Amino acid sequence: MAKSKKISVDRRGFLKGAAAGAAALVAKPEAAKAQEAAEVHRPATPAPLPGAKQTASETAPPPPRLDVWTTDRPGSDFMVDVVKTLGFEYVAANPGSAFRGIHESIINYGGNKAPELLTCCHEESSIAMAHGYAKIEGKPMLVMAHGTVGLQHASMAIYNAYADRVPIYLLLGNIQDVAWRRSDVEWAHSVQDAASMVRDYTKWDDAPVSLGHFAESAVRAYKIAMTPPMEPVVIVADAVMQEEPIPTADRGRLTIPKLTLASPPAGDYGAVKQAAKMLVDAENPVIIAGRVARTPEGVDLMIQLAETLQAPVLDRHFRMNFPTAHPLYNAGSVGSADVVLGLEVPDMWFVTHTQTPVNRMGMEAKRITRTDAKVITIFAGDLSGKSNYQDFGRYDEVDLAIAADAQATLPLLIEECRKLITTDRKSALKQRGAKLAEVSKRNRERDIEQAAWAWDASPISTARMAAELWNQIKTEDWSLVSDVTFVSWWPRRLWDFDKHYQFIGGHGAYGIGYGAPAAVGAALANKKHGRISVNIQCDGDLNYAPGVLWTAAHHRIPMLNIMHNNRAYHQELMYVEDMAARARRGVDRAGIGTAISDPNIDYAMMAKAYGMFSEGPIDNPNDLGPAIQRALEVVKKGEPAMIDVVTQPR
Amino acid sequence: MHRLFLLASLAAAAIIPGMSQTPAGDAANGKRLFLRDGCYECHGYAGQGGRDGARIAAIALNPQGLIRYVRAPGGAMPAYTDKVITDRELTDIHAYLQTLPKAKPAKDIPLLNALEKK
Repeated sequence: MAKSKKISVDRRGFLKGAAAGAAALVAKPEAAKAQEAAEVHRPATPAPLPGAKQTASETAPPPPRLDVWTTDRPGSDFMVDVVKTLGFEYVAANPGSAFRGIHESIINYGGNKAPELLTCCHEESSIAMAHGYAKIEGKPMLVMAHGTVGLQHASMAIYNAYADRVPIYLLLGNIQDVAWRRSDVEWAHSVQDAASMVRDYTKWDDAPVSLGHFAESAVRAYKIAMTPPMEPVVIVADAVMQEEPIPTADRGRLTIPKLTLASPPAGDYGAVKQAAKMLVDAENPVIIAGRVARTPEGVDLMIQLAETLQAPVLDRHFRMNFPTAHPLYNAGSVGSADVVLGLEVPDMWFVTHTQTPVNRMGMEAKRITRTDAKVITIFAGDLSGKSNYQDFGRYDEVDLAIAADAQATLPLLIEECRKLITTDRKSALKQRGAKLAEVSKRNRERDIEQAAWAWDASPISTARMAAELWNQIKTEDWSLVSDVTFVSWWPRRLWDFDKHYQFIGGHGAYGIGYGAPAAVGAALANKKHGRISVNIQCDGDLNYAPGVLWTAAHHRIPMLNIMHNNRAYHQELMYVEDMAARARRGVDRAGIGTAISDPNIDYAMMAKAYGMFSEGPIDNPNDLGPAIQRALEVVKKGEPAMIDVVTQPR
Repeated sequence: MHRLFLLASLAAAAIIPGMSQTPAGDAANGKRLFLRDGCYECHGYAGQGGRDGARIAAIALNPQGLIRYVRAPGGAMPAYTDKVITDRELTDIHAYLQTLPKAKPAKDIPLLNALEKK
């Protein structure tokens, strides 16, 4: 590695030209100016006075020739060149010294465009924002973090993304060379093998030792992240390599490899033909949809498959796979099926089994499929696997397992099914479809009738909240950027989802703290399309890293946040209740350690503190609709807003 | 995380005509117990049911049926013994459940009626 350039003050070589010009283009947001002003007027904490030596060094005229350290081409500029070829729109980061070089290059050399830096208040938020963004945009957001403390903050969110099969591109800073660590802080913030901490739940990583190596590994990492099964990748950017000049010898020969994404793996032709025959011959096939639709085309293919077979689709709510108003949606059952087709279902065993209820001794499992039922899976998870973290779930006995990406396999499967369907068969399938449409209709009517219960209750029912929201957004171009698990799936039961971007599923590994930042990331992806992003935000989740509300306000990310404020870590409350009942004691004490009350948290005030429009707490259901309407007006102007709704538990 | 406390068979479990001799319960005390002992956690404050528990507002079971079910639930609900909740207390809870309002027909609620007409 070349040494730093040492030059005299009379021929200082600070960055000029394009990089400096680009920096001048970066306008400082009004919010940032206001913040600076506030800092100037903040009551000062008394600081120790400088000593005589320091005073002299800072006030005396400089010697005529003083060696200072500058560089006109730090290695981090080249790293930004590499990053720009990968097409990132944004880079999310909580600032950290280990990547200060590339941070500076992004905002100055790179002009803070493509990628644009997003100021995050926690690394967990950075990753989860990238998680939500990728599920809307279909590609990764760049994230930067410290190789030690930053990655430690980020790790849970990385595990979520890994389990959710979402590509995250993480660039870690680290000071590998002991001689370059400036202080005990930088010793504590350095690590021998940064990525080792998350290697169990990332797909690939590297710690390049030269800029050429960085370019090659950076491009390779992107390709790997984007090949199903998609998962997070990590590149370690050595701080010395960032901050030192590009070696003179490298300047004319550094190149950036061309990125060519791999086509997703489609299923073996013979196996797909066999699956088609089983499905076409079946009398009661059922399709289980997991993380099938990676793109809008995936939804179209799912419709084609279901309609070709006139088979019902049971959705696991991991992705937007199938329109909820389609007559084949939610119209069948696994227990009555003679062929079960699982498409990217990570928990197939739980689809085909029940376990002993918690109130019985032991833990026995029972298969719920018919004894003559055949099970087919198409699952990219079969193409890779790691052993330590157990998100792979229980081994399921199936009859035909196709290791492939389901969406990439669907065109062939549909074609093969169509070839096998005779005119007579088509007529029989049509009759089946008509019966299933009746079932789907009845299921929907049942949901609507159930929604009427507790309609006027306070706290407000989650069904009422979902219905009030739908009433306000149904004529907009909307996108639900949050999970539905903790609100009894009401939006999926009452709203009409038919576009890929209208639903992004959940956490992946159920790591709480995902919800708010993932929603912000997804809303950011929706922003350029002018969509109304709706986030039903759990209270417990928001309290992990609420600073993401500031990120949304600061970056003017329009989104409607509706607090599902049930004032508890409610899942855990139920678990403790369960344990108390089992232990035959203290069933009235389950709220200890699980309730989020006394005092109640004022989320509207919290949102205001972070610079966001807000109203609430609202506990009268009749006040909810008008409040949502007012918040929606703010969102339509390009700002985030929050309504704090005091809700029923689920 | 996804364990469901479904009481799907609750309604059909024990409507036992011959066992309606139980003294009437105290609905006010039942409400207190409903909240204190965590019934609302899975069944909702209004007994409306949800992801984790069946609807129990305006319950069809008689008090003895409810007691029998709570002692040995058929679904995934944990069993509550008489050590943590007595028959008398369950009778009071039953009386409270009877006071919870039934739902209006969805067609009488404009937002839900709009969904039905879809």
